Amino acid sequence: MQPAVVLDKLVKVFDGKTPVVAVDHVSFDVRRGEIFSLVGPDGAGKTTTIRMMCGVLPPTEGTITLLGLDIRKDKDEIKKHIGYLSQKFSLYGDLTVDENIDFFAEIHKVRDYRGRKEDLLQFTRLAPFRDRLAARLSGGMKQKLALACTLVHAPDIIFLDEPTTGVDPVSRRDFWKILSSLLKSGMTIIVTTPYLDEAERSTRVALMNECRLLRCDTPESVKDSFSSDVFEITCENARALRETMKNTISEQDIQLFGDRIHLLQPKGAMTQHDIQDQLKKQEIAFDSVREIPASLEDVFVSAIR
Amino acid sequence: MMMNNDTTNNAVVVEGLTKRFGRFVAVDNVSFTVRRGEVFGFLGPNGAGKSTTIRMLCGLLEPTSGSATVGGFDVTSSPDGVKTTIGYMSQRFSLYEDLTVEQNINFYGGIYGLEGERLKERKSWAIGMAGLKGKEQQLAHSLSGGWKQRLALGCATLHEPPIVFLDEPTGGVDPVSRRNFWDLIYSLSSRGVTVFVTTHYMDEAEHCNTIGLIYSGKLTAIGSPTELKHKLDRYRIFEIRCEHPVDAMEQLQKQPWVVETSIFGSSFHASTLRDVDAFSEIERVLAQRGIALQRIEQIVPSLEDVFIHLIAEEDAKPHNNAS
Repeated sequence: MQPAVVLDKLVKVFDGKTPVVAVDHVSFDVRRGEIFSLVGPDGAGKTTTIRMMCGVLPPTEGTITLLGLDIRKDKDEIKKHIGYLSQKFSLYGDLTVDENIDFFAEIHKVRDYRGRKEDLLQFTRLAPFRDRLAARLSGGMKQKLALACTLVHAPDIIFLDEPTTGVDPVSRRDFWKILSSLLKSGMTIIVTTPYLDEAERSTRVALMNECRLLRCDTPESVKDSFSSDVFEITCENARALRETMKNTISEQDIQLFGDRIHLLQPKGAMTQHDIQDQLKKQEIAFDSVREIPASLEDVFVSAIR
Repeated sequence: MMMNNDTTNNAVVVEGLTKRFGRFVAVDNVSFTVRRGEVFGFLGPNGAGKSTTIRMLCGLLEPTSGSATVGGFDVTSSPDGVKTTIGYMSQRFSLYEDLTVEQNINFYGGIYGLEGERLKERKSWAIGMAGLKGKEQQLAHSLSGGWKQRLALGCATLHEPPIVFLDEPTGGVDPVSRRNFWDLIYSLSSRGVTVFVTTHYMDEAEHCNTIGLIYSGKLTAIGSPTELKHKLDRYRIFEIRCEHPVDAMEQLQKQPWVVETSIFGSSFHASTLRDVDAFSEIERVLAQRGIALQRIEQIVPSLEDVFIHLIAEEDAKPHNNAS
C-alpha cells in the first residue's frame, strides 16, 4: 500500500538578516494506519516540519506527498483528508462543547454530521458535558474537545503537535488510549513530542535534533541498533558510587539517578556477574545489578555526541 | 514559632498542612519531612493540590490549619523569612526573553537585594556555572533550551538559598542538556542545598531521592523511586506482542484480573493481579479471539505505572471529601 506521507529532502529556511535553517534535508515515510512520532527537543524542527506537511507553511526545497498528492499542487484536495491539532489549539470559550463541534463541522462543510458528532461525543466521553461552555472545561477535557473538532470531517491523517505537553500521566495515558482506538478505523496519526518515553508508544519514530533527522524506525529497531549494554546498579548512596566509579570508567558511560546508576558498556563486553565481581573486588557497596534494555533516550544521547 | 535558621538535619517539616477554599479541601492534612540536601519530587495530576502546597511552602499562601517550617522559618508567622531562604525556578517562564543574559542576572540580583562585591561575585559564579562566558550580551530568547535552563537556575540561586523549588525544570530540553542540568542539581544537593522538583515527566522523577505523590489533596504515597515501584508488588506487569494489539487490549481489559492496559507501538503493556497465572490466562483470552501471541515478558514497573495504579487505587476507595 502507498505510504500515507512521503517527505523527500525537505528543507525550510526562514529569511531574515541571517537566514535560519529550521529543517535540513529531512526525508522519511509515514505508513498508513500507524502512530508515527516525530521526537526531539524544542527547536529541533518538529513543528516546522508538521506545518509544512499540513500545507500551512511552504517548503523551501524538497517534496511532500500525502496520499499520493503533492503538497504544492493539490493543497486544497489534501486539506479535505487531513486534520491538524496545533499546540496552542483554539476553542470557542463562549460556545458549548456541542456548539464547538457544530462550528468546526460547518467550516469543513461536513454534511449530515449529527451522527458523527454523537459518535465523537461518546468516543471522547464528553457527552455528559455537551452543554458546558468550552471555557469551563478542565485542561484534559479541552484537549479531547479539540481532538473531536479535528476529527469531525473524518480525515484519513491527523497531525497532533505536542498534544500532551504539560499534561499529567493519567490524562496522557487516556489520550493515548483514544489515539490507539482511532487506529482501528485505519487512521494514520502523526504526533510530535519532546518526550522520548512517549515516543516508545508509537509504531515508528523519527528522532530529530537541530533540524536534522537522526533515526527513523520502530522504537525496537532504534534501540537494537544501540552499540552498548545498559546495566542498572542500585545502591543507597548512588552519588558516592558514581564518584568511585569515575576513577576507572569514563563519565559519559555513567548516568546518575536518585537511587541508582546506569552503566554503559560496549555490547557483550561484560555480564551482570562481571560487574558484580568488579564492584566487590573494589569493595564498593551496592544493592543489586541487572541488565536493562536501552531506552530511546540512551540512543538519542549517543547519536548527538 | 521559630524566627532563625536552625541547624537540624531537616530543611522542610510539614505537619497536618491543610488548605480549604470554602468547602473545597485543596490540601488535606499533608505531613512529610525533607532532609537537608535531599532532592524531593512532587508528583500529581493537575488540580491535585501540588501547586497549592508549594505556594504555602513558599510563604505565598496562608494555610487553613497545620504547620510547615521551611529553612527554619514558619510559613504562617514568618512568610517573609521563608522568601529569603528559597529560590524558585520555572524553566519556561523565569527569564526575561528580551533582556540580555547580563540584564537578567542584574535584575534578579536586585530582587534578592544583592549589591556591590557580593553581586559581582555571584554574577560571575552564575555565568560560569551556566557556561555563558562570552555570551553576556546575548538576548535570553536567542539561547537554546539547555542554556536558558542553566541561566534560569543561576538566577534562582544568586542569593545562595538553602532550598530551591524547580517547576518542570527540563521540559522540552534535549537529553544531553537535561543530563548536564541534573549534574548541576546533584552538585548543589551535595553541598547541602535542598531541591524540590515538581514535574509530570516521569523520567525527571527518577532523578529524585524521594518522591511524594499528591492526589485529591492527600499525600497518597511517599518513598524513593525504588520503594514506590515496590508498592506495585501486588501486581505484575507484562509487555505483550501480538497481532491486532488494540483488539487484544480490549479483550484483556474486560477480564476482572486485568488492572490496566496501554499501547506501546506494536506491543502493549497489561498489568494483572499477582495471584493469577497471568501467562496462561493471557494466552487463553487471546487464543479465544484467534489472536496469536508472539511474545510475552514480565517487566519492572515504571514510575508512570506506579502513578497510574496508585491513583486508580485511590479512586476505588470510598471518599469523604467535601467538594
